[in-house]
Amino acid sequence: MTATSATQQRTEQATDTNAIRPFHVNVPEADLADLRRRLAATRWPDKETVSDESQGVQLAKLQELVRYWGTDYDWRKAEAKLNAFPQFKTTIDGLDIHFIHVRSRQPNALPLVITHGWPGSVFEQIKLIGPLTDPTKYGGRAEDAFDVVIPSLPGFGFSARPTEAGWGLERIGRGWDVLMKRLGYARYVAQGGDWGAGVVQAMGRQAPAGLLGIHTNLPAAVTNDVGAALGGGPAPAGLSERERAAIDDLRAYLQNGGLAYLVMMGARPQAVGYGLTDSPAGLAGWMLVHGGFDKWSFGKDPKQLPTKDDVLDNFTLYWLTNTAASSARIYWENRGRDLISAAAQKTDEISVPVAITVFPDEVFRAQERWARRAFRNLIYFHDADRGGHFAMWEHPELFAAELRAAFRSLRDAL
Amino acid sequence: MTTTSATQQRGEQATDKNAMRPFQVNVPEAELTELRRRINATKWPERETVTDASQGVQLATIQALARYWATEYDWRKIEAKMNALPQFITEIDGLDIHFIHVRSKHENALPLIVTHGWPDSIIEQMKIIDPLTNPTAHGGSASDAFHLVIPSMPGYGYSGKPTTPGWDVPHIARAWVVLMKRLGYTKFVAQGGDWGAGIVDMMGVQAPPELLGIHTNLPGIFPVDIDKAALSGAPAPSGLSADEKVAYDRLQFVYQKGIAYGYQMGLRPQTLYGIADSPVGLAAYFLDHDARSYELISRVFGGESEGLTRDDILDNITITWLTNTALSGARLYWENWGKLGYFNVKGVSIPVAVSVFPDELYPAPRSWAERAYPKLIHYNKVEKGGHFAAWEQPHLFSEEVRAGFRPLRK
Repeated sequence: MTATSATQQRTEQATDTNAIRPFHVNVPEADLADLRRRLAATRWPDKETVSDESQGVQLAKLQELVRYWGTDYDWRKAEAKLNAFPQFKTTIDGLDIHFIHVRSRQPNALPLVITHGWPGSVFEQIKLIGPLTDPTKYGGRAEDAFDVVIPSLPGFGFSARPTEAGWGLERIGRGWDVLMKRLGYARYVAQGGDWGAGVVQAMGRQAPAGLLGIHTNLPAAVTNDVGAALGGGPAPAGLSERERAAIDDLRAYLQNGGLAYLVMMGARPQAVGYGLTDSPAGLAGWMLVHGGFDKWSFGKDPKQLPTKDDVLDNFTLYWLTNTAASSARIYWENRGRDLISAAAQKTDEISVPVAITVFPDEVFRAQERWARRAFRNLIYFHDADRGGHFAMWEHPELFAAELRAAFRSLRDAL
Repeated sequence: MTTTSATQQRGEQATDKNAMRPFQVNVPEAELTELRRRINATKWPERETVTDASQGVQLATIQALARYWATEYDWRKIEAKMNALPQFITEIDGLDIHFIHVRSKHENALPLIVTHGWPDSIIEQMKIIDPLTNPTAHGGSASDAFHLVIPSMPGYGYSGKPTTPGWDVPHIARAWVVLMKRLGYTKFVAQGGDWGAGIVDMMGVQAPPELLGIHTNLPGIFPVDIDKAALSGAPAPSGLSADEKVAYDRLQFVYQKGIAYGYQMGLRPQTLYGIADSPVGLAAYFLDHDARSYELISRVFGGESEGLTRDDILDNITITWLTNTALSGARLYWENWGKLGYFNVKGVSIPVAVSVFPDELYPAPRSWAERAYPKLIHYNKVEKGGHFAAWEQPHLFSEEVRAGFRPLRK
């Protein structure tokens, strides 16, 4: 019996709190009409007083994007993208969790749970599903196949919005283990970047039975000495040029305000939440300030991924599910725990195997020497030649190749 | 000839850049209808996941505000109050500056310029105008009268919105001297809280000969090393007196938990498109200034009656909405980011009067006030009031301003 058929049986037992219910997206037309109406009625502020992005997303760029969003953009295509995959909901720890679940036709596929971050969603991972579950079609080998589970974080997308505090990284990490076991996977691996990296590191600390290893593309590899240098202290002795550049670039990013959104949502998610919930242009303007969009061309470069539609699929998902405030709260839940600090993420407690891929345009370029000190069981470390914060969205096949290589050594345990 | 009649004559000379143009507020009815439409159409998030204000403005409070705003609130009342006062616009350094100018009937009145802060406007000062210009009607004496000038800061209310960078605190401080001199005042004093306090401190640093002294209700008094320690989250340095320790702890709370909006606006004001497009988004952002004033405001919308009324709070938010100045106002933080501390000592050499209101961000200790301001002419701990003291406790505030400047009158 496959996990999926088990699922369908369980769905019919309404009293079973472990039920896995099939899910399809079908947004009422009225919600889409309301979104278009709001976009058209956007009241704009005056133009920024500078000629660059230093005050935030420039008015003209946002206006152009919003014009497209309110006229030519088609959510039904995004809906079809999601509905092309098996989606489910199940209740974990009292909260409905939405997830995509695609099993490979390869018998020895390795089960993998992938976790998005903010301001992302399951849309980041959609293009990764084919290469991971069906590798032979994408230049990979059958023995590199994965069964893929892609949940929406609590308070994100079609997962439910928590009504009480407490859904921090630990609780989400434990929830993902429940999910994987409920799907019948006794052994699996986990992947994440951004908040997803925090989730897989929490899982690494928890080391539930069956978790064979984790892969992260935003590792908490800022060791104490590196952290001191970022804070303006002396640089650690013997830095290579690459290491020094990684520190200098991140320091400049922090000093130039790259994390202003994080401070705000960590301290006062409700303060910004109301405006983002009520104004789709406000939501887009807020999310586009994330460093992951620094090199995004707003669709001007038609070959660049994510496309304009990809990005709007993601923003529209936040809008339609009314999750601007609930997703912002993940910062509040985890406030004071720097996502890239080894000490804050207690990486010394992680004993499971850890694999890392560093993308060159990521805000923090983890360096191998630091990663080896932060993660005692580092089984894989690789610098990819292109890609940034949203690497799987930008370069899905490259990202898939990284996951195949990263987890290859763990497959023998299956 | 009075300054006011000079003003009106000049208003007719269109070619004169220094013209003082009389100004009246008259918002088209369609804009008020549109505002109500947007409030009624608000898309709400779910309730916060905690039972306190630790995530920011609570849903019940902001919904109570929105309900009142869309139904009972009447903008025309505050419009009439503003228009009952002489208002003008004049151009300074290429930017239109809006101001209220009320001359006292008392001959020897002391000219005073009062500056609001964020998230405020001239609405904050409306209740102190009569007590300061007409003291005998409010328990004061004729010798305590002021001629009062209340400008809207650049990018706020009916002042122009800067289109290029450069309108930082030192620039505004210099502009206020231009304004006072243009009004014919050769000797004057200045008052401010919040950003207004930063501006009067800076006027004190610039020390133009016309400026006799300043009064502040958010004095910049923290020694630089103490300010840095509080920012870094370090425990209180040893050797602080009890008052200094309280001030240190309160400042540390501000830095650690209370001023996220300052980082946001200081670093990325242009991400706040949502508060330009959503009246409720704007209101929530404005309510989140500091813990104690938020508590006060939530009590007011919970039906209690104290310093501020629901109309006061909404007058200020509505003027910002109607003038679409949420982002241009936010940019004041960006303009000053990394340039000046907010709360630290600035090097003011002229006479300074300080009033300490108990619910202000921090109660400034006398010891640090004396060190920060070598010519401290007044220091008083007031019994009641908070960050928006002029708005909330206009009577006590006016008494403080009178007492503060009394030593400077000849």
